[in-house]
Amino acid sequence: MSKKNDVQTNDRIKTIIIDEGKYKTLLTKKYLQRKPWQSTDPTKVTSFIPGTVGKVFVSEGDFVQEGSKLIILEAMKMKNIITVPYSGIIKKINVKEGQCIPKGHIIAEIDIQLENKQ
Amino acid sequence: MSLRSKTLELIRKREQYLQGGGEKAIEKQLSMGKLTARERILAILDKDSFQEYDLFVEHEARDFDMSSKVLYGDGVITGTGTIFGSPVCIFAQDFTVAGGSLGLMHARKITKIMDHALKLRIPLIGINDSGGARIQEGVNSLAGYGEIFFRNTLASGVIPQISVILGPCAGGAVYSPALTDFVFVVNNISKLFITGPEVIKTVLGEEISMEDLGGARVHAEITGNAHFFATSEYECFEQIKKLITFIPWNNTRRALPFKPKEPKKEYNIEKIVPGDPKMPYDVRDVIRAVVDDSDFFEVQEFWAQNIVIGFARINGETVGLVANQPLYLAGVLDVDSSDKAARFIRFCDAFNIPIVTFVDLPGYLPGIDQEHAGVIRHGAKLLYAYSEATVPKITVILRKAYGGGYIAMGSRHLRADFVFAWPSAEIAVMGPEGAANIIFRKEIMEAPDPEAMRKQKVKEYKEKFANPYVAAAKGYVDAVIEPKETRKLLVHSIEISKEKVNTTPYKKHGIPPF
Repeated sequence: MSKKNDVQTNDRIKTIIIDEGKYKTLLTKKYLQRKPWQSTDPTKVTSFIPGTVGKVFVSEGDFVQEGSKLIILEAMKMKNIITVPYSGIIKKINVKEGQCIPKGHIIAEIDIQLENKQ
Repeated sequence: MSLRSKTLELIRKREQYLQGGGEKAIEKQLSMGKLTARERILAILDKDSFQEYDLFVEHEARDFDMSSKVLYGDGVITGTGTIFGSPVCIFAQDFTVAGGSLGLMHARKITKIMDHALKLRIPLIGINDSGGARIQEGVNSLAGYGEIFFRNTLASGVIPQISVILGPCAGGAVYSPALTDFVFVVNNISKLFITGPEVIKTVLGEEISMEDLGGARVHAEITGNAHFFATSEYECFEQIKKLITFIPWNNTRRALPFKPKEPKKEYNIEKIVPGDPKMPYDVRDVIRAVVDDSDFFEVQEFWAQNIVIGFARINGETVGLVANQPLYLAGVLDVDSSDKAARFIRFCDAFNIPIVTFVDLPGYLPGIDQEHAGVIRHGAKLLYAYSEATVPKITVILRKAYGGGYIAMGSRHLRADFVFAWPSAEIAVMGPEGAANIIFRKEIMEAPDPEAMRKQKVKEYKEKFANPYVAAAKGYVDAVIEPKETRKLLVHSIEISKEKVNTTPYKKHGIPPF
């Protein structure tokens, strides 16, 4: 019963909008910690798993074909072959052999060239 | 040798085995702020009720010089006893013996006591405090875990299973607690994770303490793996004992009734819920205003706080309560709250505990994170759990019951036995603002003063639909009641539902959206 009174004055009470109705309420820790969504950028190749970079097969400026080898990413006792998602020119490589990278790290940036797909 | 001297020899031998890992190891255990496995069992069970089995079990490992090592009790204590007179099977891993590591015979002791619990149809309590698999025993150790998981699954819904995490519980070992009904954790003592901080550091280069990775607070607040959080082992034991009083021995029984008690006077049911449907309040006060002695035993108090679940008694009988909590996130349904309530409803249904639902929610939580986290699949669990449950289901709509939230929260349509609504109930397809903007979009847009028109239309919609009488006119609500009649009606509804029969078509089992 005690909480009812502080509800009016509690500065942790925020507004949350559902179907255009504005409700007064506390927010949970998890709600406050949620990460904003980001759209995926097809020109950036990111790591799907954290791991150690093995061999790097390409150099900046190379023209690469979709499906060709980009790097080896050693993770979970496996040598995972990371391939090129779209044909194009390697604009930038952000990893070095032996480097530990987290999940979602941008491995390389590609200047996609769709007309050269064949 | 006379019987007397043979008995003396037994006593001597027993004393030796009761030392577990010996003085040094026990000292170390105590220095970590932990009790020993035996102290824990004795503290949970009624005085002098513990009967131990398999004290003299020995491991059979040969490799890595294991044959020369004596591990008393093989690192786990098993037995039976009572809690407030109710029988339980119990096991406690003994960290002082080879770090409580799980070898073949250690696992056999556990599976044996699990088989007992299942055969005797009494609850099982498992205390976990183990460094993990006994690596020297190789694949036998893995086999041990597998046998435990299998029995956890077999016993699920037949006997209540309780896991108490009083130390590390890492790697595969976490899956036994995860398969059981209630997990108890203690601050600074419990550690649960699949992959430890060291591996994470090696693989990810990310540093995190054990506490921040898988400590008690993490599982009580973030993951929802834990159901009860305590700040000391003794507080944890009191929680376990209290839980045992609320639940039956097995799925063919009801929880033992208590002497009925009126709620405490300080909880005045007419003064808790604000008239403005947008203002928050603590729904636990509504629960306390209707249950015996205002004693509400909350489950998962710190996780997904936008829904409240827990046990209480009404007229002496155990009930399971599910209530939207307007105090947090306006009481919306989301991924976690759906999971939390659905699992609890399935527990209550399996163990013959009537379900009382209090409804006050604006709908589902909007957000990309929710959609991408699979709120469709998770939200469906709640519909599934309510629909499937055959125990008496009583729903009280306090204020808002909008849209899909109305359907999900134990509505008539999901086979609720009794649906009551307070006069403050608003049972409608959506909130007045949203509905008016859709229905009267044209009028609002074309009006000389759209804002004034919008306000007027919202008001009109509110007057016409934001009440319990539209649903009552269709029989979706059985009675519109005064708030102060709530307890009386709950007592009556539970009383007359004792012989309830429900028909469900034959099936091997349903396929809930896990």
